[in-house]
Parts: sequence; C-alpha cells; structure tokens
Amino acid sequence: MLSFILRRLAIAVPTLILVSVFVFTLQKLLPGDPALILAGEDRDPAAIEFVREKYHLNEPIITQYAYWVQGVVQGDMGVSLRTNQPVLTLIGDKLPVTIQLAAMALIIAFVIGVPAGILSAVKKGTAIDYAANIVALSGLSIPNFWLGIMLILLVSVQLGWLPASGYESPFVDPLRSLETMIMPAFVLGTALAATLMRHTRSAMLGVLKADYVRTARAKGIREVPVILKHAFRNALLPIVTLTALLFGELLGGAVLTEQIFTIPGFGKLIVDAVFTRDYAVVQGVVLCAAAGVILVNLVADVLYFVVNPRMRASL
Amino acid sequence: MSAVSETPAPAYRGGSRSWRKLRSHRSALVGFVIVAFFVTVALLAPVLPIADPAATSWSAVRKAPSAEYLLGTDEIGRDIFSRMIWGARASLIAGVISVLLAVALGVPFGLVAGYFGGWIDQVVSRVTDALLAMPFLILAVALAAFLGPSLTNAMIAIGLAAMPIFVRLTRGQVLSVKTEDYVEGARAIGLTHFAIMLRYILPNVFAPVLVQATLTIATAIILEAALSFLGLGQQPPAPSWGSMLNVAKNFLTQAPWMAWWPGAAIFLVVLGFNLLGDGLRDALDPKET
Amino acid sequence: MHKLLLAALLAGSAVASPLLTQSAAAADLRIGLQEDPDVLDPDQSRTFVGRIVYTSLCDKLVDITPELKIIPQLATGWKWSADGLTLTMDLREGVTFHDGTPFNAEAVVANIERSKNMPESRRKSEVKSIESVTASGPYQVEMTLAAPDATLLAQLADRAGMMVSPTAAAAAGADFGNKPICSGPFKFVERIQQDRIVLEKFTDYWNADAFHFDKVTFLPIPDTTVRLANLRSGDLDMLERLAAPDAAGVKSDANLQYAEAVSLGYQGITINVGNGDRAKNPFGEDARLRQALELSIDREALNQVVFEGVFAAGNQPFPPTSPWYDKDVPVPARDVEKAKALMKEAGFESFDLEVQVANNPVQTQVMQVVQAMAAEAGFNISLKSMEFATLLQEQTAGNYQASQVGWSGRVDPDGNIHQFMTCKGGINDSKYCNPEVDKLLDAARTSTDEADRKAKYDAAREILAKDLPIIYLYHQTWIWALDEKVEGFVAYPDGMIRLENVKFKS
Repeated sequence: MLSFILRRLAIAVPTLILVSVFVFTLQKLLPGDPALILAGEDRDPAAIEFVREKYHLNEPIITQYAYWVQGVVQGDMGVSLRTNQPVLTLIGDKLPVTIQLAAMALIIAFVIGVPAGILSAVKKGTAIDYAANIVALSGLSIPNFWLGIMLILLVSVQLGWLPASGYESPFVDPLRSLETMIMPAFVLGTALAATLMRHTRSAMLGVLKADYVRTARAKGIREVPVILKHAFRNALLPIVTLTALLFGELLGGAVLTEQIFTIPGFGKLIVDAVFTRDYAVVQGVVLCAAAGVILVNLVADVLYFVVNPRMRASL
Repeated sequence: MSAVSETPAPAYRGGSRSWRKLRSHRSALVGFVIVAFFVTVALLAPVLPIADPAATSWSAVRKAPSAEYLLGTDEIGRDIFSRMIWGARASLIAGVISVLLAVALGVPFGLVAGYFGGWIDQVVSRVTDALLAMPFLILAVALAAFLGPSLTNAMIAIGLAAMPIFVRLTRGQVLSVKTEDYVEGARAIGLTHFAIMLRYILPNVFAPVLVQATLTIATAIILEAALSFLGLGQQPPAPSWGSMLNVAKNFLTQAPWMAWWPGAAIFLVVLGFNLLGDGLRDALDPKET
Repeated sequence: MHKLLLAALLAGSAVASPLLTQSAAAADLRIGLQEDPDVLDPDQSRTFVGRIVYTSLCDKLVDITPELKIIPQLATGWKWSADGLTLTMDLREGVTFHDGTPFNAEAVVANIERSKNMPESRRKSEVKSIESVTASGPYQVEMTLAAPDATLLAQLADRAGMMVSPTAAAAAGADFGNKPICSGPFKFVERIQQDRIVLEKFTDYWNADAFHFDKVTFLPIPDTTVRLANLRSGDLDMLERLAAPDAAGVKSDANLQYAEAVSLGYQGITINVGNGDRAKNPFGEDARLRQALELSIDREALNQVVFEGVFAAGNQPFPPTSPWYDKDVPVPARDVEKAKALMKEAGFESFDLEVQVANNPVQTQVMQVVQAMAAEAGFNISLKSMEFATLLQEQTAGNYQASQVGWSGRVDPDGNIHQFMTCKGGINDSKYCNPEVDKLLDAARTSTDEADRKAKYDAAREILAKDLPIIYLYHQTWIWALDEKVEGFVAYPDGMIRLENVKFKS
C-alpha cells in the first residue's frame, strides 16, 4: 500500500515539473508584452525598461525559468505583476472561495444525481428511467455559462430574489454567503449531477445483479431496505471514487461560473491573469490546480485500492 | 465532459449487428436526427433564402422577434435568424475539426506508447499526465490566448487540450490487445511493427475512439462557445453562437432574445451529439443486450 | 457535534446580523466599479479605476472643479514667478496622514522626489519638468522648473500630486501599495483582489465634517448587467460606468438616480502614417483616403446605434464640452459622395483596409458600425480583433495599418494631443511628424496665457484635420447610477467619485 502511494507520488513530481515547463513556455510565447501593459497609458520608456529588468523579462526563457524555480523551491511564487501582491497570498485568498463553491456544487450534485441514479437503476427500462436519462443528458449538454446568464436574468434581474454577484465568507455572514453562492453552485452542479446520476445508475445496475442482493431479496426483505442498505452501500464507493476524478472538471467549470457571477475565486483569478499577462499568477495557479488534480486522483486510487480486495491482492 | 472509459472494448466486428442495434436505439435516433438537421442547415446556409448575416440596418437595432425578423435583430441591426444559421457552421466545424485534430494526434501517440512500451511509453504517459492534470478549460484558454483569438486557433487549442484523452484511450486499448494470440502470431510470422499496428491493433481501437470522438464533439462545441464567450474564438463580424452570446450578455435586459437562441441552439446540438454518442456506445458494446 | 455546530452558526449569525443592520444604519456606502484596480500606490498605479479609489483615499496638492478650474486641496494657494520657472505653494496646516505622520513641506518634498526617483515610479514623465523642490518654510514649498510648464498644476491635481505618508513610504518601499497610507478622508482597511477594497472614515481628516460615511466599499463587478442588477437589489448604493443602453431604464426608474458627464478623453482610429513598413501604403501615404474614410462615417448615427445617443460625437482631441474645443469646426456631416470623389482622386474605386480592434464587445460593435458605413463609400474594412495587450504591442511596433484605440483624457489639453502628435511624442504610434505642428504644440505647452494657448491648439488642429493621423470618433460619457437615497453627488468630467457632501437622505 505504502509503496503504491510512494510510487504514485514519485510519478507526480516529474508530472508537475512538466506542467510548470509547459505553462512557462506557453506564456512566454503569449503575444502582448506585459511590460507594455504595466507601463500604463503613457507608456513611459523608462518605466517599461524598469519592469523588464525587475521581472527579468528581457532575459532568456531558461534563465527566467531558473529564477522562478529557485523561488518556488524557497516557497516564493513571486508577486502579481498587476497588483504587487504575493502570488501565494492571492492563492490563499482565492482557494477557500473556490473550494466553497465546489463543495456546494458537489452537495447539490449529490442531492440531485444520486437519488435520480438509484431510481433510474431500480426502474430500469421504464418511463422513469428514460426521463431521468434525458434530464441527465440535458444537464450535460447545457452550456453552463448560458445557464448562468439566464438564471441571472430570471432570478436576479426579473425576480430580484438572489444577488447577481458578490461573495461573502461563510464565517462572516453565513446567510449572505449562502445567498450569493447558491445560484453559481447550482450552475456548476448541474453537469456534475448529470454525470453522477449516470455513474450511480451504472454502479447500481451492477450491484443489483449481485448475489447478496438476490439473497437479501430471497430472504423476503422489503425492496426499499434492500436497495438502500444492501445495494446502494456497495455502489457508493465506486461513485465516490469516480466523483473524485471529476475534480479537474469541477475546477474547469469554476472558471466560467466565477467569471459570470463575479466570484473572486481561483477561476476568475486565472482568466483575468491570462488576459492581463500576469505571468507569475498564471504559473502559480496552474501549478496549484495541477497539484490538486494529481492529489485528488491519488486519493481516489488509494480509496479504490483499500476497499477493493481483488486489486489489493494484485499488489 | 464525459469520463474516459478505460475499459477495453473488444474489436470492432459484426458491423451490421451494431448498425441494427443503433437503428433500434430510440434516443440515438433522436440524436442522429438533431445532428443531421443542424448539419443540413449549416451546409445549406449559402443557398437558403435568408438575409445576409452581416447586413446591418440602423433602423432595426435590437428589435424583438417578429414576422419580419423571426428571431429578432442584434445590437447593430443584423438578422439573428440568419446569423444563427451561419453560426451553426462555425460551431459544427469547430467541433468536428478540433476532435479530428485530437484524434489525429492522440491515436498515433497512444498506439506507439502502448505498443512499444518502455521509455517511449514513459515519455508519452508523463506528458499526457501533465496535460490531463491541467483543467481542460484552463488549458484551452491559455492556448487560445497564446495563439491569438480566432476560430482556427480556438479549434487548435481545443484539439490540443482534448488530445490526451485519446492518447490514454488508445494506449489502454493497445495494452489490452497486444498480448492477444493473433498479435503474437503476426509477430511470429515476421510482420513489421507498422503492419501489425495497422492491421491488428488499430481496428480494435476504432470503436471506442469513435464513441469517445462523438462525445468529445459535444464537449468541443461547448468549449468553442465558451472560448468565443470569453472573446477568444470566432471574431466579428463572422457569427458563431458563442460570440453571439458574448455580445448578448451586455443586452440581457434590453434584448434578452439575443441570448435565448444561441444558447438554445448550443444546447440542442450538444444534446444531439451526446445522444448519438451514447447510442453508439451501446450499439458497439457487445456486453449490453 | 451537529448541535454544537448549529449553535455556533446561530450564535455567529446572531452576532453578525445586528452588527450588519447597525453598520447599514451607520452609513456604509457600497460602490460598484467596472474593473479591479491595479496596485494601490499613487506613484506606481496606472489604471483609471484606481484613481476612483484614490479620490477617497489620498488627497492631492490641488483639485479641479467640474469646469476643470484648479482649486486648493492640500495646497491652499500658489503663485508662479514672472519667468514661469518657479512655483511656490502654501500648504494646509494641521493635516496628518492616516498613520499620524504630520503633513508639511518636508512631506511634499519627499513625495515629489519619490515620484521622480523611485525606480518603480510611473509618474516620472508627469513631474519631469520639476528640476528641484525645496521646503522654503515649514508649510511652503518651492518647485523649480527647467522650462515653463503650463501643464504642471493639472498634473498635481492627479496622481503626481497625491501625498502619501513619507514614513510609511520609506518603510514599505515598492510594497507600499499593499497597505497604502495617505491623508484623504478615508483610510485603507483591506483589499481582496477582484472582490473588494474597504476604506473607513479618517476621523482626523482636516475636512471631516463634509464626509458622511463611516465605511466605503468598492466592489469590482465587470459585467454591466450584473452591476446594475446589484444596484437595483440594493446590494450597491451606486455604480460607475453604467452601460449606455441601460441609461434609459435607469432614468425611468423612480428608485434610481442618473448622473452623467462627458469625459475628457476620446476614442478614435489611429492610422499608421510613418511607423515602419506598414505605413507604406496608399492609406498611410495619401491623406485623401483618410479624409474619405472620415467622410464616410456618420458619427451621430454611430453614437445613436451603439450608445443610444448618450455619448458625444467628436472630431477633435477635446470633447465638444471642453473650453479647448474649436467651436468653428463642428462634427462634420457624413458625405458619401464626397468620400467617393476623394477616393477617385486618389486613384481608387474601392480600398481594402485592415483595422485592428480590441476584442471587447463595445469596441467591436463600434468598428462593425464603422465597417458597414465605410463600405458604402467603397472601403472594404477587415477587422482584426485582438486582445488589448497585443493591440498595444502591434501598435508600438508599427505592425498595423489602422487601429481603433482611445485615450482616457487629461485635465490639461496638452495631455490629449502633445504626446500623440509631436515627432518625438512618447505614444505617437502613428509616427506622424510635422515640424509646424511640433512648433505650435511645444509653444502651447509653455505659454501661461489661455487665449494664446487656445489659438495655438486651434492652428495645430486645423493642420491635423487635413493630415488625419487620428480620426476622432466620439467621447465617452461617464454615467453613474445611484440609489434614490443618495444625495449630494456631483458628476465630474474626470469620472471620479468625490464623496464630499454626499450622504444618505435622512
């Protein structure tokens, strides 16, 4: 077990290095000179030159990369070219916001997706199953940025029920926090709910055929407890691990959702940073996101190993 | 974005049986009809009796849907109906070309990595891991920004971002069949690696790649719309659904119809591809009855 | 466990909600901004939106009136020496910075020197004319200039004249922007990038009685629809840069107020007439083609279609509302026939032109309208959409034929014209060069006689209207939307939000 984790972590290191090299090269190739933007409207040549010097923008890419790695190793990811704030501080500010959004989206997705999946599996082949499938596919097919602006139009502009944007920490004002987050979380959660429903359905179908379920049924246990206690409990694990694998998708979805609802999270940070050529921020955020994806995948794999005796034996 | 299925599917055999299954698959049929409808409309755009999608009219700025303008007009008085039809071309082309690019790059890499193994596999797998570790949309946004905003570049960005899925899928398939007897046999009679890959391995990859490609087209269409929505895709005055939405969001209260149609069309077309992909998966999977 | 958590939550909200209602009663102003400001150091920052925050955070030596007259702020009076080479300023007494550091002549000297010498300073060109600054008394400074500079006072009415605490600046160096300390009516509390900037009332402010809010929060919300929805729902008390198409809706809403002022800046099409090889084409070389393009554009219609007539059509670097605008040359009417004739004279039946434009929806809309109008005169305009960052780079490098770009505007007319039109102008991207124009603009910048300056600008403009290195299109109008309960707000053409005497109706 331990050796498995260690091996996976050992693979993660070159992957992260590759990610950093990739991002670094990519953004150095981005057109648009950050020094020119940073010099302001007047574009004072002295200011441009100063920015280039200060951030080593006029040195070869390899040297710039070396400077960056040197910093990262010492726990310094540089400062935002736009606001002078340290990248680590920014990430620290934004990460909780996105985590809250993602967590709420996941909860919504679970609440909708799992029951629908169970129902659909139990009623396989019936109209309910078809309807659930169509709804799930629709959830997968709806562009979430469109859903977002339509909801703003309806719920905030027309009905005035919920704020159209903004963010409040749940520790400062929980109610307000819920109010501002519920709509974006719903938008982010729809596609996820659909995916979850499909996962749940197929996992449940597998389990419902299993011997112990048949045995339970044969023993005369009523249908609902059979489904929930025997079948669902066993289907839950693959559902959870598969959900972990959706983490990257969740982060990607957060990019658009945060953009639309003006939520000051990770996704908004990166899009704005790409557009303002805020190199240090792009680097830091992508590296963090990649590390997160790798970590969550690892946890999912470990989970899978722990509970799946067959796979454990193969180690 | 559907999860990648890594379970090895068996070789593509018995095409006619699959075809029969697909035809009797009701939702796949619905998907096919939707996709066919949009493809037809997009193909016929130049000959349809519709207004010039670029023709402006100062006296008809942001007019609500009416008999004259079926779907209304946009912010500079262009006919939204005809822009929707021309926009279908952009969306479909973007979806198909970017996935073709992803397949054309991903399948060979996956084949080679899976077949030869060793350091080649290590290199390809690490690069794939690195690409997959970066969220799809973030990667596409960065790529599109780097290449400069245009429809072509958005397609390249989406294609590159989608490529790792196909590398992984192909590699997994290859690994599962390369130890099969018939491949060993082919090796024993001295066929070249290239011939073995082409004749014995590639056909096994075909079915899952086809299913994944159909589903990825759905994703790619949404992604193109998302990039255009962020201003990184199709550039004006050429219409695309995503860029129409990008403009529409500034007129939500004054002209909500500008946002209704492109969003609904993206939804429908993506739904069509998803239905079709699901149907294909069922039809090509011999385990399902 | 669950009960405990619930109890804690309830207790938390119980504590939080009375606090909230209380602070609402205690005058808490929330302002929606279109963008997130950059670094909050007056010497380093470069964005328009940042200046809106400074207006409440940092006092300047002098300020302006809505009519652009220079009035005292931290300097109570000033006088020029006869040769125009020395500016003596008397300073307000009894002023302290937010950290308690006293404001005096030494502080002014330190500030001007910071603007001039700090490597990170972006104010260098604005205070370039100041050769030295000395404290000629505890509350008097003397600035010595190398050459007369009529624009200096206007510069000191903006970021170059903002006074930061010298103690804090010395301690923080280039990181000052993370916790700015000035002497304005409000002091810095916190900033969460892309989310909010919070200021609270500075009770020791020299004019504290004129400011009625205990807390001011700036919230960057880029989407105009969302910003307005937030105002309507009461989440904001006011917002800046309302989208022009929303103007009518706000005006007719009894719960909202509307305020506007034509800006000091302009939007136009900059043409490459001498910047590298891409200037070497008939459009860059033959002014008749540029005149033809100008004549093909109906600026009033453009303003109507894109901005519902709320902005101001324009044909000069100064808006029609400016005292520097030449009223003898109003916005020309569209004349497609004449445009075609000019094109024919230049030897063309039709002309292919590539114009680059920033890929934001509004500028794109503007250029699509221009594209359609120009098509009727025979111009086949292809639009090259790019991100603003790239657009600037291409423009500087001369890799463009024409470029749709604007300027935020300056109080002094020099700022809108000199650096664009003189041969060595710092942001002369068209690389237009005409010694005659140079002479006029150089003279106008050193003269202190307003009538004389105006005559020189008029003369230069007359030449420029024929050569057309920039085709001016329109002037943005700053639009504010406010909750009905806010009173006392005055619209300024610089787009700033001055909170003096602004309060909630009781």
